[in-house]
Amino acid sequence: MHEMGIALQVIDIATAAIPPEMRGCRVERVNLRIGKLSAVVVDSLNFCLEIATRDTPLAEAVFSIEEIPVVAQCRECGHEWQVARAVFKCPECGSGNLEMISGRELDVVSIDIEEQFGSQAQNQ
Amino acid sequence: MEVKVVRNVLDVNAKMAAENRRFFAENGIFVLNVMSSPGSGKTTILEKTLTRIMPEIQSAVIVGDICTTNDADRLSISGAPVVQINTDEFGGDCHLAAHVIENAARQIDLAGLDLLIVENVGNLVCPAEFDIGEDARVVVLSVAEGEDKSVKYPLMFRECQACLLNKTDLLPYLDYDLEKARQYIDQVHPGMSVFETSAKTGEGLDSWISWIRERVAEKAGLQQQA
Ligand SMILES: Nc1nc2c(ncn2[C@@H]2O[C@H](COP(=O)(O)OP(=O)(O)OP(=O)(O)O)[C@@H](O)[C@H]2O)c(=O)[nH]1
Ligand SMILES: [Mg+2]
Ligand SMILES: [Zn+2]
Repeated sequence: MHEMGIALQVIDIATAAIPPEMRGCRVERVNLRIGKLSAVVVDSLNFCLEIATRDTPLAEAVFSIEEIPVVAQCRECGHEWQVARAVFKCPECGSGNLEMISGRELDVVSIDIEEQFGSQAQNQ
Repeated sequence: MEVKVVRNVLDVNAKMAAENRRFFAENGIFVLNVMSSPGSGKTTILEKTLTRIMPEIQSAVIVGDICTTNDADRLSISGAPVVQINTDEFGGDCHLAAHVIENAARQIDLAGLDLLIVENVGNLVCPAEFDIGEDARVVVLSVAEGEDKSVKYPLMFRECQACLLNKTDLLPYLDYDLEKARQYIDQVHPGMSVFETSAKTGEGLDSWISWIRERVAEKAGLQQQA
């Protein structure tokens, strides 16, 4: 439900990451990492991104979202596994004393910027 | 050209939350974030809780709703200062963010305050994602909502230290399996504290109130040591 807020934040972060000398270039791709345990619905995020990027350098960008599985490690026996069906108990020893390895990500990993502008300048 | 970024989308909120946490710690205030789906009984539980712990534990409340000041009016009767946040001014947000708490806390006289309770916007999904600088998080689940909410909304139940199973006075009228609900909660968050309460009759509120008392005392003790 707060996907629009997340989308605006993604756009802020991605726009700020454009190096000053490449201002005005189009961003072709934004690579995101979203954990399966995070409270974000990927479809609604995509929808919000499409609307919110209009008239920004990200207007034509493809948002590539890598969904990260929920992985836990048992603090008692060290066993590491992928959590399924919301069972947060070690399948080896039954302990609930876990370290969460992944699943909460909500990261902008990188952006791809078109080089046309720069290379054109070089060709001339 | 690829530009590496690697930034968490919520890092601005996380930074603000850390500042709130430091500020509340300096003042020895225990901050409790109370969350649930709409209508599970957060305000009713807090009304009952406040009348039992005030004035011994000096408390204040920040309450978030999309619209209306109904909850603030109800909570004010206890004598605790209450700040109502209406998120429709912030685009109808489904949660309270750290900067909203920081703003609201400015409106409260914090001198001598022991406990700050935040009643979050009714929503079982989004508030779990947003750190506000609290010390503990609790989720209220009414028995009328079904046994399996914890497995359907695992993030909320992972993020909270305690769960209140509320409206137990309705159990005679429902096909609700309390044991099953407890099993699901234990599967999602082994060792989570679970309190069976009826905010209507007051049943079960004693152990919940003891839970708060212990934590408020601990926080005040930590501040005296510092
Ligand atoms: N029978 C019964 N009704 C309850 C109990 N607790 C709350 N209610 C009723 O449930 C309704 C919703 O309670 P609230 O306390 O307003 O719930 P809330 O979680 O604060 O709701 P929002 O802030 O709108 O999300 C009210 O009509 C309450 O009187 C309970 O223990 N038993
Ligand atoms: Mg309420
Ligand atoms: Zn184990």
